Amino acid sequence: MNMIEVKGVTKKFGKFTALNGIDLEVKKGEVYGFIGPNGAGKSTTIRVLLGIIQATSGTAKIFGMDAWKDAVEIHRKVVYVPGDVHLWENLTGGEIIDTFLKLRGGINKTKRDALIERFQLDPRKKAGTYSKGNRQKVALIAAFASEADLFILDEPTSGLDPLMENIFQQCVEEVKYEGKSVLLSSHILSEVEKLCDRVGIIRQGEMIETGTLDELRHLTRTNIVIETEKSAATLSEQSGIHQFTEEDGVYSFQVDPENLSSVMLKVGELGVKRIESTPPTLEDLFMRHYETDSVAEKG
Amino acid sequence: MLFHQLKFLLRFNARQNWLSSIIWALAIVGVTVVVAGAFVSLFGSEQERDTMAQTLENPAMVAMVGPVYGIDNYTTGAMMANQMLLFTAIVLGIMSILMITKLTRKQEEEGKFELIRSMPVGRLSSLSSALIVVALVNLIIGLITSIGLILINVESIDVEGSIMYGAVLAVTGLMFTGITAVITQLTETSRGAIGLSIAVLLLAYFVRAIGDVSSEALSLLSPLGLILRTEVYVENIWWPIIVSVVIALVFTVLAFYLHNRRDLGAGLLPSKPGKKEASKLLLSPLGLILRLQRTQIISWLVAMLFFGASYGSVLGDLESFFADNEMFQQLLGDNSEYTMTEQFMMMLMVILSIFATIPMVISFLRVRGEEKKERNDHLLTTGISRYKLLSYYLGVSVVIGAVSLFIALYGLWAAGAAVMDDPIPLENILKAGMSYVPAMLIVLALANLLFAFLPKWTSLVWAYLVFSFFTVYLGGMIDIPEWLANISSFNHIPQIPVEAFTWTPLVVLLVIGLVALIASQFGYRNRDEIG
Repeated sequence: MNMIEVKGVTKKFGKFTALNGIDLEVKKGEVYGFIGPNGAGKSTTIRVLLGIIQATSGTAKIFGMDAWKDAVEIHRKVVYVPGDVHLWENLTGGEIIDTFLKLRGGINKTKRDALIERFQLDPRKKAGTYSKGNRQKVALIAAFASEADLFILDEPTSGLDPLMENIFQQCVEEVKYEGKSVLLSSHILSEVEKLCDRVGIIRQGEMIETGTLDELRHLTRTNIVIETEKSAATLSEQSGIHQFTEEDGVYSFQVDPENLSSVMLKVGELGVKRIESTPPTLEDLFMRHYETDSVAEKG
Repeated sequence: MLFHQLKFLLRFNARQNWLSSIIWALAIVGVTVVVAGAFVSLFGSEQERDTMAQTLENPAMVAMVGPVYGIDNYTTGAMMANQMLLFTAIVLGIMSILMITKLTRKQEEEGKFELIRSMPVGRLSSLSSALIVVALVNLIIGLITSIGLILINVESIDVEGSIMYGAVLAVTGLMFTGITAVITQLTETSRGAIGLSIAVLLLAYFVRAIGDVSSEALSLLSPLGLILRTEVYVENIWWPIIVSVVIALVFTVLAFYLHNRRDLGAGLLPSKPGKKEASKLLLSPLGLILRLQRTQIISWLVAMLFFGASYGSVLGDLESFFADNEMFQQLLGDNSEYTMTEQFMMMLMVILSIFATIPMVISFLRVRGEEKKERNDHLLTTGISRYKLLSYYLGVSVVIGAVSLFIALYGLWAAGAAVMDDPIPLENILKAGMSYVPAMLIVLALANLLFAFLPKWTSLVWAYLVFSFFTVYLGGMIDIPEWLANISSFNHIPQIPVEAFTWTPLVVLLVIGLVALIASQFGYRNRDEIG
């Protein structure tokens, strides 16, 4: 059974279409990366899933139940961390963590205290004096200390420092190991690359790409750096080669997947002294979508 | 170079503050001038003013508004200074507290100070620009008030007294500007600074209250006691003004000294660590909702007690007072069967119930405030249904409304019993007052409907309450058409003892309210959360 199943969800705010036929699936035990720029519709999708707002059309289901109608039932087993955590200024971090835990079922003090320690939060300070990162820590501690089957995290690390981000990644890996599922929306592509089994890219309210990272990589170019005995300048005329540059006899370029073998044959003729190939990063993938889109928009 | 770029920051602060300054100024000057005008027409004859003066000499009233000066020749000016000066000065005090905190601690908290401090500006420039802006606002309000009073052109409201009246307002504002500037150096948060400054203001008020009744020297210890010693429009004594200016300067210098010594973001008072764990009480949605409103609820209940008691304390002198005042007779309507006091009580019931509606509605509207700050999401995503969430807020506000009204009535009765020869039984007061609860519920039901169906317009409910207040308060003087007055739910409650008690309107109001509440549940369940 899929933990999250979204089919053809559209959400309109007045005349503005925020989501246009979104499809999304998160399987059990999977970490799903949900990426896209600001305003693409990540948070709106998540808010539909949480039953905070209602989809205009389409179905959104969690644990096979309707996200809007059965919200209360679903939320007993779901944990949500928003990107911008708003807390009650006059309560302390510790008080808020306890309140959240109790609302979700019960307080596991060992787990809670261990997480407070790991995230290095001072729970005795009033939430009004916390920085953005500290407010996020409060929400993350309350999330990872509770018993849930599904974690919905909306850009949860945007205010954390690299050390804390590392702790966060460990926590996600731990819950994954326990067989729980995670929907992680993020800007930080290296984080998604490291943690996620599958990835979905959203742009202007539409899902433009979904699949495992490997599947997505097939769709994109490989980065190649070579040093050759003969000049490789002729390669630039070869079809399927992009962003060809040369510096001190070192050539770097990108190759479309369908031209890879023909390009390699050519390269072989030039007498290879050194060759490096790197798989496209998620960032390349992401940027490529946006580059082509902006070109298309200009054209 | 401590004050580098001061001029630029001054303009910057003034720009941030101009709108609220204009609103404060209009409200303060407007109310002062309107009341002065009203006094002239309400208390035209010397005899009327003398009766009023006797009422005000009652120790309860002295504790509340300050000592009566010029009793042998109680002019309109003397009356104005007696009844209005202290409260207007307090309003300027509150304004200064809010403005200084907003321009200093709040900015620091939000990291805006840091940004400005990183630029080539002097270390004391931010604080001095805030102080100068707020001081100017105070001085300008004082000046306009003086001009406004002079322009009314009443003999007893003379030029010197009017200048002094404005000066008293301005220096009170300046003193609290200085005091708040010091306090903002002590606390770590803007909330803390506002809380502590208001506490100082309240302390000053109460020290003065005790002092005015028992010992002159004690009054002089309080800034608010000090300023009343000017005897505006009676003797016009200037030395308290000078002392006040000195006090304001001392606090200002102290604030600069402390500001220069501390780190950005830090407070000089050690901030005491809060609780590490939540208490049991907090661990339920209802507990959380109550806890978040705790301070507010307590303050309102105290205010309601005070409010009821202040009306009760004048009940003793009413008969003689009303007998002389035609205006009030007209206000209350003519009904020889009942004593003036009884008719006045009837009007008091409506007013007290309208006032008790305020904390009720404020408490309920928090649900909208929480929605706007996306904090309802925390509760709604942890297995609490919208139905429950709304019901909790509703339940809390109903209880607050009923308790507020009860406490106000109790205060009315207790103070009344102390000053009347023949006190009204508590039972009668409660019966007459508590019958307004259904009318209050209608206001709450309206707030609910707006919240459920037109969330962005929720605050419109205040318009309805203000409308209700005016139909009741002015209904006697202006002829408001019956159909218009009937829009107010408060107009349908039987006015005991003048009217006979009947259940019908109460039940009808209750049923309407209940239907509205059920419809709201449905509406809220089916709409998006709107941040």
